[in-house]
This record gives sequence, C-alpha cells and structure tokens, in this order.
Amino acid sequence: MAERIPRVPAREQDPKVRARNFDEVCYGYNMEEALKEASRCLNCKNPRCVGACPVGIDIPGFIAKVAVGDVQGAAEVIAHDSSLPAVCGRVCPQETQCEGSCVLGVKFEPVSIGKLERFVADNSSASVETEKSNGHKVAVIGSGPAGLACASDLAKWGYDVTIFEALHKAGGVLEYGIPEFRLPKETVLKREIEEVTRLGVKIETDVIVGRTVTIDELMDREGFEAVFVGTGAGLPKFMGIPGENLCGVFSANEFLTRNNLMKAFREDYLTPIHAGKKVCVVGGGNVAMDAARTALRLGAEVHIVYRRTESELPARREEVHHAVEEGIIFDMLTNPVEILGDDKGWVRAIRCIKMELGEPDESGRRSPVPVPGSEFEIETETVIMALGTSPNPLIAKTTEGLEQTRRGCLVADEQGATTRPGIFAGGDAVSGAATVILAMGAGRKAAKAIDDYLKAKA
Amino acid sequence: MYRILNKEMLTPTICKMDVLAPRIASSAQPGQFLIVLSGERGERIPLTISDYDPSVGSVTIVTQRIGASTAEIISRSEDESFRSVVGPLGTASDFVNVPLEELRKRRYIFIAGGVGTAPVYPQAKWLHDRGVSVEVIIGAKTADLLIYKKELASACDCLHICTDDGSEGFHGMVTALLEKLVGEGRNYTHAVAIGPMIMMKFTTLTCKKLGLPVTVSLNTLMVDGTGMCGACRVSVGGKTRFACVDGPEFDGYEVDFDECLRRQGQYKTEEKEALERISEGRI
Repeated sequence: MAERIPRVPAREQDPKVRARNFDEVCYGYNMEEALKEASRCLNCKNPRCVGACPVGIDIPGFIAKVAVGDVQGAAEVIAHDSSLPAVCGRVCPQETQCEGSCVLGVKFEPVSIGKLERFVADNSSASVETEKSNGHKVAVIGSGPAGLACASDLAKWGYDVTIFEALHKAGGVLEYGIPEFRLPKETVLKREIEEVTRLGVKIETDVIVGRTVTIDELMDREGFEAVFVGTGAGLPKFMGIPGENLCGVFSANEFLTRNNLMKAFREDYLTPIHAGKKVCVVGGGNVAMDAARTALRLGAEVHIVYRRTESELPARREEVHHAVEEGIIFDMLTNPVEILGDDKGWVRAIRCIKMELGEPDESGRRSPVPVPGSEFEIETETVIMALGTSPNPLIAKTTEGLEQTRRGCLVADEQGATTRPGIFAGGDAVSGAATVILAMGAGRKAAKAIDDYLKAKA
Repeated sequence: MYRILNKEMLTPTICKMDVLAPRIASSAQPGQFLIVLSGERGERIPLTISDYDPSVGSVTIVTQRIGASTAEIISRSEDESFRSVVGPLGTASDFVNVPLEELRKRRYIFIAGGVGTAPVYPQAKWLHDRGVSVEVIIGAKTADLLIYKKELASACDCLHICTDDGSEGFHGMVTALLEKLVGEGRNYTHAVAIGPMIMMKFTTLTCKKLGLPVTVSLNTLMVDGTGMCGACRVSVGGKTRFACVDGPEFDGYEVDFDECLRRQGQYKTEEKEALERISEGRI
C-alpha cells in the first residue's frame, strides 16, 4: 500500500502556559492543514462515519468540499444536519463516534473529522433557507444542545419557535458547564446561538418553566401547540458521606457555574470562587476533568480522586491527556469515606479508603471493592464533587400526566413523545447525563415528531 | 423589562423597589423568592419577594447593602433596569395549601428582624386578608432602622415593636418580647421567623422553650436558585436539603443553624477582595 499522509495534528497551547490561562487549549487547523487532512478522507461509498454520527452529518460530503477549498460549501453541507458545528467540533467524543468508525482507523489513524468540522464552522457563516412561516407556535424549554437543535429544525420548517431558558444566558450546559478553555463563550458559543436566532427562533431568558410559568399555561394561555422539554440533567449528586456540608466542599456544578456563566476567573466580575492552594476533585468524568483544570488555572495544586483506574475513567481520552499534560495529579483506586473539618468548619482533609478492582458490574467495568484497613487521609483545602448529575424534577412535578422513570428521567419514546400528547422531550432530561451530540440528536428527532404531530392535527 | 418603577430608601442602607416583572408578579406566592442580577458583571442575588401586584406586573424587593452586588442593586435609580430578575423561586409557605377552616383555628405570630421584615408582609397580608389571626413583632437595633411599620400595621391584628436600644417600643430583642407576650397570656399556635440567621437561630430556641412550632426562611448562598449548584445546602433534621428548591422555609426545630451561619460566610475573603478591586477601579 502506498505511503499514507499521517493524520495532521492540531496545534495546541503549551501545557505549562495554558495551565495558567483560560484561553482555548487547541488552536485548530489553518487552511493548509485542513486541506491536507481533508485529502486523507477515502470518501467511502458506504460511509460508516455518517451512521456513527448521532445527527447524521454527511461527513464525506463536507470533507470533499474542504479538500477543494470550498469552506462555505462545506458549511452548508454540515448546516443541513447540525446547528452547532463549532461546538460539536470541539466537544463531541469523535473517537467513539465518527472517527471511531472511520475505515482509515483500522490500519492507520482515522481522519480528524472533529477538527475539520471545527475548521469549517470557525471559517464560514452558513446561511440556511427557512420555509415560509406556517403560523404554528412551538415552545422549547431549555436552551442547551437538545433545545437548540430542536428549535433550529422547527424554525427551518416555518414554525414560530420560542425557547425558554431559566438562566440569564442561553446555551445550557454549553454556557454554565463547559469551560472557556474548551469552548470559548463569546467567539464560539455566542456566535453559534446567534445563528439559531437568525433562523427566527426567539429566546426568552429568566423563565423557569414550572415556576415562572407552567407548561399548561404556555399551551392554554399563550397559544403554544406543542412543547419540547430539553431541560437537561442539572442536579448535582453528592456522596452522602459525613462532612459534605463543610465549608470548602462544592459541587462541580457550583464551581463551574461560578467560573463559566458567572466569569469568576475574570477580575472585572464580582463573582466569588474558592479554590485555595490544594483542591481534590472526586470523580472521573468530563465534568471532573473540567473542574480540575479550572481549579488548576485558578492557581491550585489539583488531584483527581477516582475509585477505579485510569482505563475506567469515563472522561474522553483527550481530556484526560490534556489534564495529565497540564499537571493534574491522579489518585486512582481511592474513594472518600469522610470529609474532615477544622475548628472553623472548613475542610482540612479527606479520609479515603484504597480500592481494588473486582468483578465487572452491569456497565461492564470492573467494580471497585474497598481494601479493609487501608484508610488514609489526603490533606486538602477544597473538595469538588463531580459524581454526575440527574434531571430536575420541577417540570414533571408541575405538569399533570407527565411521567418520570424511577431515576427521575422523563418517560419518552424513541421519537421523543412523552406520556402527554403535544409534549415532547429529549436529551439528558430523558436519557440522564450524556453527551452534547446525543442531546442534539434527540432534539432533532423530536422536532420531526412535533412536525408530524402538528401536521396530523391540522 | 425589569424596569425599576419606584425606589425608596427605607433606611440609609435598606432600599425598597418595585420592579416590572409581569411573569413573576402573576405567579408569585407568599414565601417565595426571586434572583436579581443588577448588571452583566454582578452576582445573582436571592431576595425574598416583599410584595407583588399582578395588575401592574410588578414585584417589590427590599435590599440591604451588604456587599458589592447588593450595593450595585440599591445604587440603581428609578426608570433604570436590572439585567435579570428571575422567579418566583422556592416553594410557597405551607399555609397556602392549608384549608381556610383549619387556618382560622390558628393564631400566627410573625417575628421579623432587620431587612427580613419586608418579606413578612406578603405572608401576614395573605393570612390577614383571609381572616386568620396574625400578630407581628418587628425588631431592629434602633428606631431609625425599623422598616415596614405602616404596611405591617395594616396587615395584622396587632403590631409589636422592639428596639435593642429602647428608642422605640419594647426595650430588648425580639426573643425577649416574644417571651413577654406569651407570658402575658397571648396564645399563639404558629410562629414564623424571618431575619438574620443568628436572629432566627435564637428565635427558634425561644420558640422551643415556649413549645411553639416555628417556621424559618433561610437566606443561604445561591447561584442559580433552581437546584443546580447546591451552594444552598442545609442540614434539616439530619438530612441535606437545598434551600432553593426544598425551601426557603423549613421547620426551625430541624435546622442546623450553626452550619448555616458557617456556610453563609464561605466567600467572605473573596467578597472583601471584590470590594478592594472596586475601590481600586479594577471593576
């Protein structure tokens, strides 16, 4: 076989430098690099990457446009299926989706689809034609990935869509959860949300559906004929161990919201945040990595405390790799049993127990088992709990006939139809905490289901 | 949106504002709170709703200048607007769901301290309007710092006033006045205390001594106010609860006030630093 062009690496900020700033880690491709990387695509007849993309982007199609230097054309191909390409190019787990299915990856390195998508999104402004207004009103609750994807599709088809957002800025987890150094807010997220509003989607912030107004009021009094619930999974979990309410113990949600949405890292914002000299982040997912790398940038020595080993870390490989490069210390096979305080009620240390891996559990991962008598203390100033999140029960509690599962997720079928006619749901609110792209996929499916529902009703 | 319709300084540091927020005005209930973000760079400040008028679409907030963000809120003038006002948040006072017949058998005593006096008003008014027996104690350091006297006088059967320095009304703390009133044979069945955390702690102790059930309204730290951040964690009856969604009102007997007091001061150092940055012109 002829010698292949190796995968073009994306340039990144030096780890030592970026560990002290909040600028984006990865610089992305320039034109030359993008052309070279795009030329690696085999343009398969039966592209497995497309099937592995939750929103089904025509990946070989857009890459072929990039390969001939038609970035605008590539953007239009992507825009057909995704309203948030600059976001997805940055935060999707491509290694398990499109790139994980790339045929080139069998023998060589897969095409760097994510970096190409990002290149296209950053260097174009796709304009999508919208159909003539059909006068039907749809409410979308939550302006995160699910809501934005659902609203975009519906707006393209001529619906009059209003998104209701509880916080004062749109974006959901993209705004409050994912840090600036992975997803810049002003230059990337804000721009992408503006594209959605350019389709005609209205966004009303500061509205907590279930409190400020109920779904029934939206439907009965404000004339919305269908509702999509994309409220995510925003409630933090704690371990339920002694000492969790000491000062200096925070949920990752609080820590990240203060820094991302409320910009605590910026001197010209009033938001307080507390990291201190040493921080322990408990958990091993992407949110744990985000919290750890944020604390590091605020000047702390940061440890990740995780009860399994590196190969079980649920975080994306790239995030773990970046965290290690930046100097995050991983304390593996370690599980907190108690948080210890000083005489003023502040954290002093975490009492942990050593773990070993036993039999695989239902997730297929070997489950950690405590080693008797192995308890020890880790001194720390701050503890951040990053143990996952669950959906907010408010909408289910305030909407008659909307059923929840035992785990607090909304009950919805494959297309997003809930147990109440006219109300659809998707994303983390239905699946429990998952990824941006899966939420977008669910939002798009529900948009189709809403379109079918309203057409059948008419 | 969120235009300040009226502004009145009640004391040199306490400010009352009517703010245009029609969605909140039409859904608010006694006991609930809202969050104000004065400008892009401020903090989201939780404030208990002090009144609401759906016909005008306004909500009333009473803010005391404590830190940089509350100072920014009260520095706004009439006709200026806030960046955000969101609510109503939290659950309504329990009595809202009690049958009227049952409520009319109750005799309420509200114990209000400092800026916490204002949110007593919608609760007392709600009960008083429905013919439920309501008395109110207002306490302050000195006569000049008493607020909402006129409003509360019209929203209860009997208003009692006390000041720490004796400059008006009973000379002493709210707890001493409560004991005195009960000692005189006034027979209350339910107490509600709203004010500084330390005042609610001691009022609860007094109520316990008197065998009087007491509800308290916790003003904890918060970011989003919807259950997302957990900054408002409180131990209630040994269980962790979120003041923003499970509260803000709880059974005073069950609340770990010492933990609340510690947690409330969690960002004191950072807040002082923010004030320094302001004085140096960096914000």
